[in-house]
Formats: sequence, structure tokens, C-alpha cells
Amino acid sequence: MPAPTSVRPVRIVLAKVGLDGHDRGVKVVARALRDAGYEVIYTGLRQTPEMVVDAALQEDAQVIGLSIHSGAHMTLFPAVVEELKRRKATDIVVFGGGIIPEDDIATLKAEGVAELFTPGTPLQGIVDWLRSRFPEGAR
Amino acid sequence: MKVRARDAKEAWEEDFESAPSRDDGVETSTISGIPLAPLYTSSDLPKREEELPGQFPYTRGIHPSGYRGRLWTMRQFSGFATAEETNRRYKYLLANGQTGLSVAFDMPTLMGQDSDALTSRGEIGHCGVAIDSLADMETLFDGIPLGDITTSMTINSPAAILLCMYIAVAEKQGVPASVLGGTLQNDILKEFIAQKEFIFPPEPSMRLVVDSIEYCAKEVPKWNTISISGYHIREAGSTAAQELAFTLADGMAYVDACIERGMRVDDFASRLSFFFDAHIDFFEEIAKFRAARRIWARWMRERYGAQDERSWKLRFHTQTAGVSLTAQQPELNIARTAIEALAAVLGGTQSLHTNAMDEVLALPTDKAARLALRTQQLLAYETGVANTIDPLGGSYFIEALTDEMERQAEAYFKRIEELGGVIPAIEAGFFQKEIADSAFRYQNELEQRKRLVVGVNEFKVDEEEPIEILRIDPQLESQQVARVRDVRAKRDEARWSKSLSQLRKAAAGTDNLMPYILEAVRAYATEGEIMNTLVEVFGIYTERAVI
Repeated sequence: MPAPTSVRPVRIVLAKVGLDGHDRGVKVVARALRDAGYEVIYTGLRQTPEMVVDAALQEDAQVIGLSIHSGAHMTLFPAVVEELKRRKATDIVVFGGGIIPEDDIATLKAEGVAELFTPGTPLQGIVDWLRSRFPEGAR
Repeated sequence: MKVRARDAKEAWEEDFESAPSRDDGVETSTISGIPLAPLYTSSDLPKREEELPGQFPYTRGIHPSGYRGRLWTMRQFSGFATAEETNRRYKYLLANGQTGLSVAFDMPTLMGQDSDALTSRGEIGHCGVAIDSLADMETLFDGIPLGDITTSMTINSPAAILLCMYIAVAEKQGVPASVLGGTLQNDILKEFIAQKEFIFPPEPSMRLVVDSIEYCAKEVPKWNTISISGYHIREAGSTAAQELAFTLADGMAYVDACIERGMRVDDFASRLSFFFDAHIDFFEEIAKFRAARRIWARWMRERYGAQDERSWKLRFHTQTAGVSLTAQQPELNIARTAIEALAAVLGGTQSLHTNAMDEVLALPTDKAARLALRTQQLLAYETGVANTIDPLGGSYFIEALTDEMERQAEAYFKRIEELGGVIPAIEAGFFQKEIADSAFRYQNELEQRKRLVVGVNEFKVDEEEPIEILRIDPQLESQQVARVRDVRAKRDEARWSKSLSQLRKAAAGTDNLMPYILEAVRAYATEGEIMNTLVEVFGIYTERAVI
């Protein structure tokens, strides 16, 4: 169902953190979220946590989606959450995707990452999760 | 006879039309979307002179004896944590019958930065081994005689530095560069196109590639100076035909660049090598490999005027498709990999990496790595597939599909030429968009269940059993940082400083940079220091992100 026109669509900053350049997943997700009616800003590769939070604040985004395939998620995902705390922007929801072992998921959630999507996740699963987080399409 | 044959085919067509058809909504085209007929017959066989192995255009293989002469090299890509740990893994794999080494570097090494750089945090040793200086490289190959083994190194932007480190380790072992055998990936174009591990802009990047090709032609003549790679293009989501076309187009761009440097095509072309993906669509992959050889031979002979037969022969490494592996029911990955490996063998690969079942989750454990190697040994020694050369040659289907691959690749070459060549096409985002479109199409087909992946969108289990995975000790990050600082503290300061200033001066001019990099490496300049010196002159490249 499309969001009612009177409310602003949810804005999502998608970012590749870390050094790897595997952008297949993030690009597919970006297109799918755009097709589902979200406003998507894709930052491109090799964003530091500071750059990601800057982009989210500048774009007035409600959501940050992080993608990583290098194995550095345990360092970089919490660093984004920390940076949001430092900038007093903890209302921005952070989710992530990539090759993330099961054991790490619980730890990352405890550290403030709202949800993690691993290989094999249907695109609709990500859309459904966003719909449940933002039922009115806006804050 | 002729009339009867036609009648028989017509009868079959009628029977086929009236027979029940599977009505599950699953695509019957190849995974790349090439429509397939339900049956191929002699009328689909292209009219051409008989093709034979070892003869132009090498569709059936580059060696007259196929695998009867020698089997493919079993070369498992491997590297993790520190040089010591990876050295142990290499000795383990060699003891288990592996026949060549293949180094996987970690992300900071691939991106040309030292382990103590700020942006290296969390990345050290995770997707490969951390190498900061010659000292690490000495440890990596400790006790492995470089004169007796061939080594492949998957590294691109900083490729020249790692090759110099290898040459310098060999020197210390008393092995001259002239006998060293191995392969450097060194394929920067596919980095701009797909894997995105670029640092410098395209022009200086190409200069470094040509410098290393030119240097090796004289000094390291047995070294494969470049491994022109479709693997990453395919893994990023391309179709088989795009992988084939973009890779060969990159190959031609390197040939053009070397000729522009003033080299003769026959002086370098025989040391160009290729690297393809073996995806899960079995016949399509075999056709792709066969078409690759035919196209390359033709272009090298006819367009570039190469006269040495070795310049016409496309030699390639294959890796099974990482992207086809599933985190769900991961043991199934052993079966997927075996099928993909079989396609590579039937396609005539020169060397092969089989993925381990757990690589969808992390780097492989010892056990998973051994199982992957055993899969190749099983193919080579149990199945009998290596006994006959190009056993699918002459198959109505395979020959028709080989021609279709060739046709699609040639159509792409025309489009790339219209865009002004590979680099302008990169700058226009052409390849990136083509690949992203294909990836999105495939993902949608999965969502719509037009394609089924066992364990992912069909045949799922409620409870996944966890499997053991390799964990990288977070402690090693501080150890590696301490090690690189120790190297900096102990080296000959004057020699180090001089080597970098000479490199900087040479980079601003037109000299071949290899001797300068080699001297810096010998002076224990770190990888990050050498790269930063070059960045001062060359600048860095930023991609315009296209969704």
C-alpha cells in the first residue's frame, strides 16, 4: 500500500562502510526500497561512521542502512551507533546487511543495531520490516 | 535417409507439443536469461571446419593433449589473520596435495594501507592475510621454496608492490626472478567496473599495469603479469555473456595500452592470463569458456596481428561461484561447488579454486578447506572426466550455445567501442549499470519464484543447524599494528627515505616504476608508505555512485 500523500515518505540513507567494494547487495536493496516508495540516498563506497551520520543528518533521514562484506561489522556497525549517540541523533534507526554470522547478530542488536539481514533474505522481508517500524510512512 | 530424418523431427515436435509440460512457473532460460530450446539437433550444429584441441581458434582447448598431458592446477585461494597463520595453512594445503599457492590479502592490504591506518580498524586479517612490509612477506613464505612452486596473488591497485615483495623474498632465498612462476591479478579495469578496489584514477592505474607487464617481460619472463578477471564482474551480478564480453574487452584494452607503450604484441601477450567464474548453470558456463578461447584467438591474430601461437591462446583460472553459495543448509554448497567445478573442467580450465561450503559465512576452516580441495581430487581421479579432451565438443546444444555466447560478446564489443573504449565506458557508468540491472533482474526472479534456490526460496528447513566457522582473533589486530611499527623502527632510515623520494620523482616522470618500487620494498618501506607516495603524484579516484 502506498504511503498517504499527506505524510512525508521515509528517507533512508544506505551506506557501504568498511573497505570492501562489494556493492551488489546494497544496490539491489536501494532499488527495491525505492520501488517500495521510500526515499533512498545511497552514499557510495568506503564511508566512515562519521561520514554516514553526517549524510543521515544532512538528508534528514529516519533510517540508516549499512552494508558490509569484509568482516569488520563488529567494529563499524557499533561505531555508527556510537556516533549517533555522540551527535544526539539516536532517533535514527540503524539496520544492516551482509555476511554476518549468527552469533554476532545478538551482540550487534544489544549494541543498538535494530535489525540485521543476512544472505538469502527476500527483499520483501526488508520492506515488511520497514513498514512495521514506520507504519505511517513518517516519523 | 534425409526425408526420414525430417519426418522423425516433425514427429518429435508433434509429440512434444502434445506431451504434458511441467507447469511450475520456473524459468527454462539459462540463469543469464538466454532462451533455450527443449531439444537441439544436428540442424543446430554450426557449419564450420572441424575444430581440434591445440589448434586455432582453440575452442576445444589450448593443449593438443588436454588433461592427458597434465591436469589442471589445484590452486586454493587462501589467506587469513597474520602471515604466520597463513604460512601454516599453506603448508597444510601443500601437505594435502595442493599443487599451487594463491594468496588472499586482507582489505587494508588490498586497499594499499598499513594495519595501523585509522580506517584499517576491524578489517585486519579478516578476509585475507595482513601484509604491511617485506618482513610480513618473508614470514608468509618461510620454508616454502619459491623456485619450486607457483603462486598467484590476488591484488590490484597495489599489485606492483606485492610483486616486488615476492621478488625480494625470492632474492633472499637465493632464487632469481628469472625462474619465478606465478600470477599477479593486477587487473585494475575490472576494479573500476565491478569489485571497486581502485585507488588511483584510471590513467596512472593503467601506467602501473603496463609498467609491470613491461618489466616482467624482461626480468620475470615466466610470470603471468595479469589475470584479466571476469570473476568479480560475474559475482557483482552480470550475466555470463557480460562476464565474457567485459573481460575480453578489458583484455584488449590492456593489449592496446601495451602497444601504445611501444611493446610488440608477441613480446607480452603470451603472459596475459584470464580468470573466470564457474556459476551454477552448467552448460552455459561450459559454452562461455569455449567461446572465450575462440574469441581471444581470433582477435589476437586478426586484429592485433600476433604471430606467435602462444599469443593466441587464452589460458584461464576458474573459481566456483561464491555468489551461488547459500547460508541456508550450507552443506549443500559442497554439491553446488562440485557441479561448478565440473563445468570448469569440461570447459578446459588451466587451474581451479573450489569454494569451501562455509565461505558464505566466513573464511574456511581447515576441514572445509580440505573438503573443497578433495572435491577437485575426486573430479580428477575418480570420475574419469579428464580422460577425454573437450568431451562435450560436437554436442548440438553446447556448440549452439558456444556460438550464442560469442555472438552476444561481439555485440557488446561494438557497444563498448561506440562509447569510446573501456575507460570512457567506465567513466560513463556503462558497465556498472549493465551489471546492476542484471543483478536486480535476477533478484526479482528469485522473489517471484521464477528461479528456485534450494534452501532459500524452496525446500527450506525450520531450524538451521549451526556449523563451525573460522573466527579471527581480535587480538591479532594489535599484534599486527605492533609488528609494522617495529619494522619502521628498525629499518635503515637513510635508505628508506631515499628510496621513497626517488620513487616520487620517478612517478612524476615517465620511467618504468618497477625498479623504484623494488628498491623501496627492499628498504622495508611499508605498503602504505609506497602507496601514499604514489597518491601524492597520481591522486585518488572517486566513483560517482549509480544505483
